Amino acid sequence: MADTNDPMAEIRASFFIECEELLEALQDGLQELDDGADDTETINVVFRAVHSIKGGAGAFGLEALVRFAHRFETVLDEVRAGRMTAGPDALKVFFQCADHLSDLVRISRDAGDLPEARTAELLGFLNEMLGEDAGAEEEAEEDEDIDFQPATLSLDMDFGDDDGDGLALPDIDLPDLPPLPGLNRYTIEFRPENELFETGNEPFHMLRALDEMGDCDVTCNLGKIPDLDELSPEHSYLSWTIELASAVDVAEIEAAFEFVEGLCSLTISQNGDAPVSDEAGPEVVNGVADPIETDTPEIPEQHETGSAPAPAAELPAVSEDKPAPAPSVAKSNTSSSAPAAAAKSVVRVDLDRIERLVNLVGELVINQAMLSQSLESSGLSPHSDAMNGLEEFQRLTRDIQDSVMMIRAQPVKSLFQRMSRIVRESSASVGKDVRLHTEGENTEVDKTVIERLADPLTHMIRNAVDHGLETSEERLAAGKPEQGRVNLVAAHRSGRVVIDVSDDGGGINREKVMQIAIDKGLIPEDASLSDSEIDNLLFLPGFSTATVVSDLSGRGVGMDVVRTAIQALGGRITISSTPGVGTTFSISLPLTLAVLDGMVVQVAGETLVLPLNVVIETLTLSNKDVEMVRPGSFVVRVRSGFVPIFDLGKELGYRESIEDFEGCVVLLIAHEDESHAALIIDSIQDQRQVVIKGLDDSFYRAPGIAAATILGDGQIALILDTSDIITNAMGSVGASNSTPATGIPA
Amino acid sequence: MTEKESSASIELLTFQLADQEYSLDIMSVREIRGWTQTTPLPHAPSYMKGVINLRGTVLPVMDLSQRLGLKAREHSDRNVIIVVSHEDTMTGLLVDAVSDIIAITEDDLQPPPEVNTGNVPSVVSSLTLIDERMIRVLDLGSVVASVQSSAA
Amino acid sequence: MTLEILAVDDSRTMRDMIRLALLPAGFNVHTADDGVHGIEVLSGIEPDAIITDINMPRMDGFGFIDAVREQEQHRATPILVLTTEAAPELKARARTAGATGWIVKPFDPAKLIKALQMVAG
Repeated sequence: MADTNDPMAEIRASFFIECEELLEALQDGLQELDDGADDTETINVVFRAVHSIKGGAGAFGLEALVRFAHRFETVLDEVRAGRMTAGPDALKVFFQCADHLSDLVRISRDAGDLPEARTAELLGFLNEMLGEDAGAEEEAEEDEDIDFQPATLSLDMDFGDDDGDGLALPDIDLPDLPPLPGLNRYTIEFRPENELFETGNEPFHMLRALDEMGDCDVTCNLGKIPDLDELSPEHSYLSWTIELASAVDVAEIEAAFEFVEGLCSLTISQNGDAPVSDEAGPEVVNGVADPIETDTPEIPEQHETGSAPAPAAELPAVSEDKPAPAPSVAKSNTSSSAPAAAAKSVVRVDLDRIERLVNLVGELVINQAMLSQSLESSGLSPHSDAMNGLEEFQRLTRDIQDSVMMIRAQPVKSLFQRMSRIVRESSASVGKDVRLHTEGENTEVDKTVIERLADPLTHMIRNAVDHGLETSEERLAAGKPEQGRVNLVAAHRSGRVVIDVSDDGGGINREKVMQIAIDKGLIPEDASLSDSEIDNLLFLPGFSTATVVSDLSGRGVGMDVVRTAIQALGGRITISSTPGVGTTFSISLPLTLAVLDGMVVQVAGETLVLPLNVVIETLTLSNKDVEMVRPGSFVVRVRSGFVPIFDLGKELGYRESIEDFEGCVVLLIAHEDESHAALIIDSIQDQRQVVIKGLDDSFYRAPGIAAATILGDGQIALILDTSDIITNAMGSVGASNSTPATGIPA
Repeated sequence: MTEKESSASIELLTFQLADQEYSLDIMSVREIRGWTQTTPLPHAPSYMKGVINLRGTVLPVMDLSQRLGLKAREHSDRNVIIVVSHEDTMTGLLVDAVSDIIAITEDDLQPPPEVNTGNVPSVVSSLTLIDERMIRVLDLGSVVASVQSSAA
Repeated sequence: MTLEILAVDDSRTMRDMIRLALLPAGFNVHTADDGVHGIEVLSGIEPDAIITDINMPRMDGFGFIDAVREQEQHRATPILVLTTEAAPELKARARTAGATGWIVKPFDPAKLIKALQMVAG
């Protein structure tokens, strides 16, 4: 059963994926409740999420998960029924339970060790909310439920657990009963009430079930049928007497009538004994579920005549109004949903297939570029059919590319939800009251980017809680609300995704930061730095603000690691801080890791690509625009201001620095912190979308290079990381200055 | 070494580097291709020739002679790039010329003498003699081991 | 005889389980994500039996059963309710809404098939 193609294994895997979604919905719902929502649908969503996790977990026998989810669900049901209110204290427990549920899901999936102590603790909280008695009662009921779990894939057909709460009676073992020779003889009287038909039940099926149990003789009693003019089409007039010779016991016969209990009068008498069951219908009883077929000869059609007179009892409307032919078309159709059902339809696709598609589209883009290049160089008229067709081809290629990228895009919501947990846990561990405020959860980013953001964000959030926010006393003394606030905001801004992590804490203690940097020898003792330069010291490798190593920070991970991680994603991180008001870290990321709007330039015989969005404008220099600050360090006048200027060829080590700036082409680049820098290039070749190819930097990581791309002629062009280049250039120029040499790779 | 007959057999790809013969386990060789112009990487160590387009992926190429501290040589048409795979990472190794594929057993391999040869990394894992020629067997792992940026 | 089944459940896992249980037994299974979707799917098919969950977004199982029973041609279509609770009042409510029978989750395939055969042949 447990081979690799086991469909159950597949469903199990899909169950855990679904759990992720449910947990997300749960978090969302709780957050909404926490934000003051009090509509029934929100609590319903929360309830359903836990309920569905429990349901699925039961199917796979994940007892710990079922047990916990069940109790959680019970409490939520109380809230849903209005018998309990979800106040702040209750929500606190709910959040913890949601986190724990998420842990249990993960542990169940990976078959890890169960955190029994934590489970017990939270179950205690939940019981408290239910009141002691309710809790104890629940316990009992739940244990029964759980005893019942292992039934998942056995043949145990306990139809009879109607009011028995899954009371798993010990099997009434068939082998103990006399085998074939000792057939029991039953006489069964069955008279449906009107309501039986209203629930869609059909006496024929019950008679057939009896028929399958053994030798069966059915008599239909027509005596109660009135004259035709008195006949009410929706009344039940028929009853049946069945003589059954079978090895089954009474319970099994009753099981056949389980669904119509109370909707019929049923008597079962054995061997002429007194009736064992009365009109109240079957009591209790779990039927024994041995494969009856083995000892029951297949009884053919003839007995079906027994039910033939039934039509009088059937709902006439059914047979009359059945619009038979038309919908039957669908019957031959194996599709699992109707054509009209266009609701929200989701297809799950293996990520590898998307990867392949992304790669193929990448090839297509390169191919299209090559084709364009050769057509253009062939001297065709721009108005020729070929050139017009090419234009259309370019547009389509771009559309396809955008669409493919959309497949990989995901809302940052799941990431934000993880962060809300980080806030809860880290604030609890340092004893601060912190509230996370999130915005823009539906902002979509490439899936890979989201995955790789988790670690840096976690660290930043912890930092904000641990260092950013003051203690309650300090906050109160400063006239701030006791509860600290951390904001996590995502937005699309001019082709990039910007994620801000901010706190309303005391701001960066610049004196302290300076002192640490000096103590660690990162800057000279007499350094005089601007506020922004001091703030940026946080990103220096080896800098850690934790004077007291708390539980959270001081784990050997500094902001430099965060910055490196963000840069590896083609992103940038900046910091701004206002004393007494708070600190904001701003991450700017590309939408996707796969394509880039680039400017293709020539420098010292090499073809290079710059991200188009960092290029503010292009200038042609004359010598009078350029001023020397000191030897080797120049600025260029751009309108009213001066901007540092660097030769890209020199910075990349392709040539010696140039002295004559006359006629040089210069790109004005947006650097971090909104500051600008100018880069000298030889010429601009093109602006086009390029497919980003990762550079394997496990062997050698080139500074200033973000990635590579393949041009139309098959040659590789490097994609520049201008921030890295400019930071390095400024660092080397400012070595004699007090400017800290931030960001030079190790 | 007691069970000579059961010694595993190895196939080696042999090639020329600065008039010496070197070899690599054929299992790590993915393909051999002719020399093409590389795109240089800024501030790279001199043996990093740059990157080439290998059917849509960006392949770093290093000059193996320079990597091993041997004399740098002028490129000729016989120069080839051996594409190797080590721990899922592909690297191109520029060599002077490919010679042969030889099959030997582990018994034919001798450990190299314990001599520290200065700045040359210990990339030769063993030696073997074929037709009186000494062939050095390279340890690919240490050949493509991580390199720090020279610009730091 | 191939039975046509409509299974309505907001849990993908449950839908998959139902499909896995029924397909090998020769059932033809249609699925829907909630009551509203269920009604939409229903309009294009003629199921021999319907299986529905109770707790679902947009339209829950009770609402769904009501809506199905309101349709003349489905007044007698067998409807089985999937429930995790074996509570008698839940069954009573399901029956009042017009459900034919019920299956307590987690179910095993044989049990589900047996229940379907009990109501739909």
